[in-house]
Amino acid sequence: MSRNQRTPLKNTDNLVEVKSKYEAEYRRFALKRTNNGGFQEFYKLLQNIHRIPGVDVLLGYADIHGDLLPINNDDNFHKAVTSANPLLRIIIQRRGTKKTDEDEPVVFATNSLQRRRKGLAGLRSTQQKSKQQLIIGMPQDFRQISSIIDVDILPETHRRVRLHKHGTNKPLGFYIRDGVSVRVTPQGVEKVPGVFISRLVRGGLAESTGLLAVNDEILEVNGINVAGKSLDQVTDMMVANSHNLIVTVKPANQRNNVVHRGSKTSVGASSAGSGGSTVSQDSAPSPTSQTVSQYSNSNSVAEGDSDDEGDLIIESDGMPVYTPHHSLPNGNSSHADALSLSAPPPPRGQRPLPQSVSLPSTSSLSDSKASLSSLTTPTHNGSPSKTSSSQESMREDGNFITL
Amino acid sequence: MKRFRRHGHDSQRDKLKQELYQFNKSVEHGFPHQPSALAYSPDLDLLAIGTRSGAIKLYGAPGVEFMGLHDENATVTQVHFLPHQLELVTLLDDNSLHMWTLRAHQGVSELLEVGRFTLTGPPGAPPSVTRVTTVLAHSSGELLLLGTEGGHVFVVEVPGFRELEERNISVEDIQARIPEEYVPRRNLECVEALHEKPLNPNQVLIGYGRGLMVLWDLERQCAIQHFLGTQQLESVWWMEDGEHILSSHSDGSYCCWLTTGGDVQSEPEKQDTPYGSFPCKAISKVLQFPTKQGPPFLIFSGGMPRASYGDRHCISVIHSKTHIALDFTSRIIDFFVIREGEQHTGDPSALVVLVEEELVVVDLLTDGWPVIQTPYLVPLHCSAITCSHHVSSIPFKLWERILAAGDVQNTHYSNKPWPITGGQNLAREPPQRDLLLTGHEDGTVRFWDASGVCLHPMYKLSTAGVFHTDGDPNDNLNQGAEGEWPPFRKVGCFDPYSDDPRLGIQKIHLCKYSGILTVAGTAGQILVLELNDEMAEQVVPATVVDLLQGQDGFRWKGHTRLDVREEPVSFPAGFQPFALVQCQPPAVITAIALHSEWKLVAFGTSHGFGVYDYQQKSNVFARCTLNPSDQLAMEGPLSRVKSIKKSLRQSFRRIRRSRVSMRKHQTANAAKLQELNAKLEAEALQEMELAPVQRRIEARSSDDSFTGLVRTLYFADSFITDSTHCTPSLWAGTNGGAVFAYMLRLPPVERRMEDPVTGSQAKEIQLMHRAPVVGLAILDGRGVPLPEPLEVAHDLARSPDMLASHHLLVISEEQFKLFTLPKVSTKTKLKLTAIDGSRVRRVGVALFGSSRVEDYGENGLVVLTNQGELHVISLPAIKMQVHHPCIRREDVSGIASCVFTKYGQGFYLISPSEFERFSLSARWVVEPRCLVESPNIPSTVVDPTKTRCLGDGYDGSDIRRGNDNEVLQEIQKSLEGDQMGHADNNIKPSD
Repeated sequence: MSRNQRTPLKNTDNLVEVKSKYEAEYRRFALKRTNNGGFQEFYKLLQNIHRIPGVDVLLGYADIHGDLLPINNDDNFHKAVTSANPLLRIIIQRRGTKKTDEDEPVVFATNSLQRRRKGLAGLRSTQQKSKQQLIIGMPQDFRQISSIIDVDILPETHRRVRLHKHGTNKPLGFYIRDGVSVRVTPQGVEKVPGVFISRLVRGGLAESTGLLAVNDEILEVNGINVAGKSLDQVTDMMVANSHNLIVTVKPANQRNNVVHRGSKTSVGASSAGSGGSTVSQDSAPSPTSQTVSQYSNSNSVAEGDSDDEGDLIIESDGMPVYTPHHSLPNGNSSHADALSLSAPPPPRGQRPLPQSVSLPSTSSLSDSKASLSSLTTPTHNGSPSKTSSSQESMREDGNFITL
Repeated sequence: MKRFRRHGHDSQRDKLKQELYQFNKSVEHGFPHQPSALAYSPDLDLLAIGTRSGAIKLYGAPGVEFMGLHDENATVTQVHFLPHQLELVTLLDDNSLHMWTLRAHQGVSELLEVGRFTLTGPPGAPPSVTRVTTVLAHSSGELLLLGTEGGHVFVVEVPGFRELEERNISVEDIQARIPEEYVPRRNLECVEALHEKPLNPNQVLIGYGRGLMVLWDLERQCAIQHFLGTQQLESVWWMEDGEHILSSHSDGSYCCWLTTGGDVQSEPEKQDTPYGSFPCKAISKVLQFPTKQGPPFLIFSGGMPRASYGDRHCISVIHSKTHIALDFTSRIIDFFVIREGEQHTGDPSALVVLVEEELVVVDLLTDGWPVIQTPYLVPLHCSAITCSHHVSSIPFKLWERILAAGDVQNTHYSNKPWPITGGQNLAREPPQRDLLLTGHEDGTVRFWDASGVCLHPMYKLSTAGVFHTDGDPNDNLNQGAEGEWPPFRKVGCFDPYSDDPRLGIQKIHLCKYSGILTVAGTAGQILVLELNDEMAEQVVPATVVDLLQGQDGFRWKGHTRLDVREEPVSFPAGFQPFALVQCQPPAVITAIALHSEWKLVAFGTSHGFGVYDYQQKSNVFARCTLNPSDQLAMEGPLSRVKSIKKSLRQSFRRIRRSRVSMRKHQTANAAKLQELNAKLEAEALQEMELAPVQRRIEARSSDDSFTGLVRTLYFADSFITDSTHCTPSLWAGTNGGAVFAYMLRLPPVERRMEDPVTGSQAKEIQLMHRAPVVGLAILDGRGVPLPEPLEVAHDLARSPDMLASHHLLVISEEQFKLFTLPKVSTKTKLKLTAIDGSRVRRVGVALFGSSRVEDYGENGLVVLTNQGELHVISLPAIKMQVHHPCIRREDVSGIASCVFTKYGQGFYLISPSEFERFSLSARWVVEPRCLVESPNIPSTVVDPTKTRCLGDGYDGSDIRRGNDNEVLQEIQKSLEGDQMGHADNNIKPSD
């Protein structure tokens, strides 16, 4: 049991100043920097302090960069405590008051706090004002929806994007059209027919990734070159691959391109499950490339074929039986990984990555970059919420193919 | 055998593939789309038809057919055979002339284009000077006379197309000699007719548009006689004696002129307006033939009273006291008369009329002038084709019975043999009897003999009699009332109007062993019919099946159910209905399956599927597949929303068509208009392209419309629930990627009438990719598809291997998937759409025989994609073998119409009236092989049977083939040499 005191303690190195806010009320107290118990204890403590036992709340804290980040497990609680300098600002919100749908005002977000100087007084109003805010849900609800892959083998001008559609009701949400592509050949400039993204549907998967944009030229669909194919053919190919769509595009806006440093920061070798999702470390993340990323992202990258083995088969007894997934040679089919719970908890606290890309979990890199960049903080695989998330995805798959 | 089984070595497999698969388009069956010209060669006894798309087709004796296509794709406006030769000349509406020849190559004739020519006028002359309106192939075989719009006649030497300028007949030469008082002399207009004088090939009659006719002597290069007609000239005909000329005119009159009189004839000897007194339409062509008995045959087209019958398409035949106006259902293109006798100089025996939608041959020798049934060029589209079904290797017994039933229907046809008998059919007898069934919009099913090159009508079944329809069946009998003038008689069978669209046939299935036929239609009706050699009068019991199965909250907004006749209906010999199922809601039937051994019929619509027991005449079960949120499926037939592009294109076509048909010889204007139209069309299309066409990228969802639509049904005896007992089962695939398996319990044979058949669901597979399931099949232990019902019982198939485990093959639009049975799990799959973006449109199982080894064959899937490509996919490995582009991908109706045979052939519609036949098999190919010989063979060599008269068609040629083989070969050789020479000549002028 961690001790708590009503009077703030000063000049004590091993104590953390805590200022918590619930609705209009503030409480100040101190907390032991180490050995302060876990998240559950802290949660109860706050309920006690604010005299709101039994009220379901969400906890958040302001980190050094001014981002409002969630506290919902031991890891990020520890992270919050260790990063408090010197004050730990806690914001408590009722959970039950609003439905958790997409229109919910932002709970946790990036950048929003950054712009405010240091004070947190105007926090809530800022959040409500900003319309196009990105939402960060609870980590257990995180699911990878997109990734940039094969950066190491593609030309810099191209981008290969994987859209993960498993289980979401979200539409893929984009349209394609015929167009003219200009190629530079030894014979000079050549105009050839091409297929382009013509529209992104608001709220669709494609838009929310920020990786695809109107007028991006589509070069490949799941590894098949679309040159010479008609618009209808490309449409059919995309629909046929819609459960695990990998499109290689030539972005119309080439300014946000990944810049190679020559260093093979490719993730292929770094961890078993990281299906090659990577971006070089020093790329300035553009505002558009921010998106929700799965908490334990790189593990659940489903490899090519595993998606459509999910045919639902109901035998005569009426019980749904899933066809067994063929285990893939590299063993990173989404289910196989989701079910492996043996990943040890990471040594350090973690937080959701406010980017559409996952980063290699090479700790040496992460250490050196952590202090430099505000956003590219390293992430580690595995999380306590893994069990629940894997069940979730299973259920979602089930939903998806149930009649 | 064994070494073929091992597919180990690639090159070996490639070699084997070549022995198994070979793609070619072999024949076009049916009636050419939009014919535009007709010609006949009495010497060769061949008929030629040109079309608007630039095709030229030659037909002789049944099985003798040739086809050529002009590169220009322009309308063929005229076709002329060169007398006594193997050549013919075509005129296109781009004013180019083309020379074609029938060249023998390895004993088989081929139609080849050997030269082309465009008339060049003097520099600076308007294009009308050289715009050809009339062509005369001179009987010398060396000259072509080309009459033009400017009124000139150009003389061209053939073959080789060398202009003989010194022999041209300019309009000024003619004008110089016309009497001053003749009013139209200033402007004679175009050359409307060119005719050689019978018995004197040196004299040619030139007819001008304003009515003037001039007899010109080619030797002396001067005009001999002038006939000062004052009416707009339509056509000219020389009487056989060479002494009289008939001219027909735009006011509906024809005149007879005497050529024995003086130089200038200002008045015709006789003038007549057959449908007189009130203004009449033009007589576009007039012919007259003498007969041995005396009274001649006068045959002319048009001339109808403008106000009352101006819209009729008529040809009048007058012989002695008989006068009939043959009333056709579509526009008359052209006609000719075949005459009796060895030299075709006897009495007229047959009138051959090409109308826009069919070819009609009238027997003029038999009283009443009945129609002779055509062995080819049959209008497949008498009523629009709505579906087709092919049955390979029909048992002889069934074949005979269908033929017999068809004979009863054909009593109104003449029993004279087909009068066009040119060429020899050298094709092998077809190895088997194949039947093609086409369903039509008016509720008829037509049976065609599809074994050989000629698609021959066998029998026609009408299903309309079972129902009350709005149309009065006695309508057609009201014609030909006493004393009607003109004396119309309806001829031809093209009748595109359907009384009730609900009668339309959508699915057909024939069991060739039991003779049971099921036919399903637009209003949810399924008829089960049985072949009966006697006529019968019976009530057809109807069973209504509710496919919604209690799903409520829907309102069907489509058509109502057909009203069944409750009184006994009399059915002629042939297929007679004995059971009827009506689906509720009465949506169009989208799938049927028949199992004649179990006596069950399965049927599906967009709402669900059911099984009907036609032994007990009761429904076994019904299953609703409808998605509760799918409102669209409930609302009834889709309202066809025409795309702007399509409707625009159609309106352009309409304009163009009306302009083309406006008047025959405003060709220059028409050409200009056409050009303008083409430009407009191109511009419109370009604009259309500027507006971006977008495609939505979205995963298929269970909420999409028509996911419950049943696409395919399949009966199988296989291992459904356990691996030791096989049970009868029904499999159904839906548009939403679901497969349902029902286990069927059949009572023992002795209690089949009493105990009910029951069905219970055993399995359900929901494909993850949700693409429509278009085909289902079960492969036995050897990987061979299960045989058809009764096939094993008739010793025509090996019984399936029931020892090893069976596999279920599910073919969706996107991929092929093989599942294990009875426990369903994926074994192999082949993705199609994900790889090349094409989707499966049509699929069939076929046996491919090796062309080298008699007893080796492989089963495969034949697949047609929405890109118009044909694929062969091996079974049970599911590996792509070969693929060939076959149909243009824009030709959606062509792709949809495709049917496959059991032996790797197939048919698809290239126009509403024509089936193209193709073959993917190296062993089984049906293609025309025929020989046409030159009529120039010196008479000393020719066997008397050479020039045949009517009636001794094949025998004559067969005898000769035996006798004069050597001589023939020699002649052929020399001919080939000649023609090669021609070809060399011909290439030059075209450059």
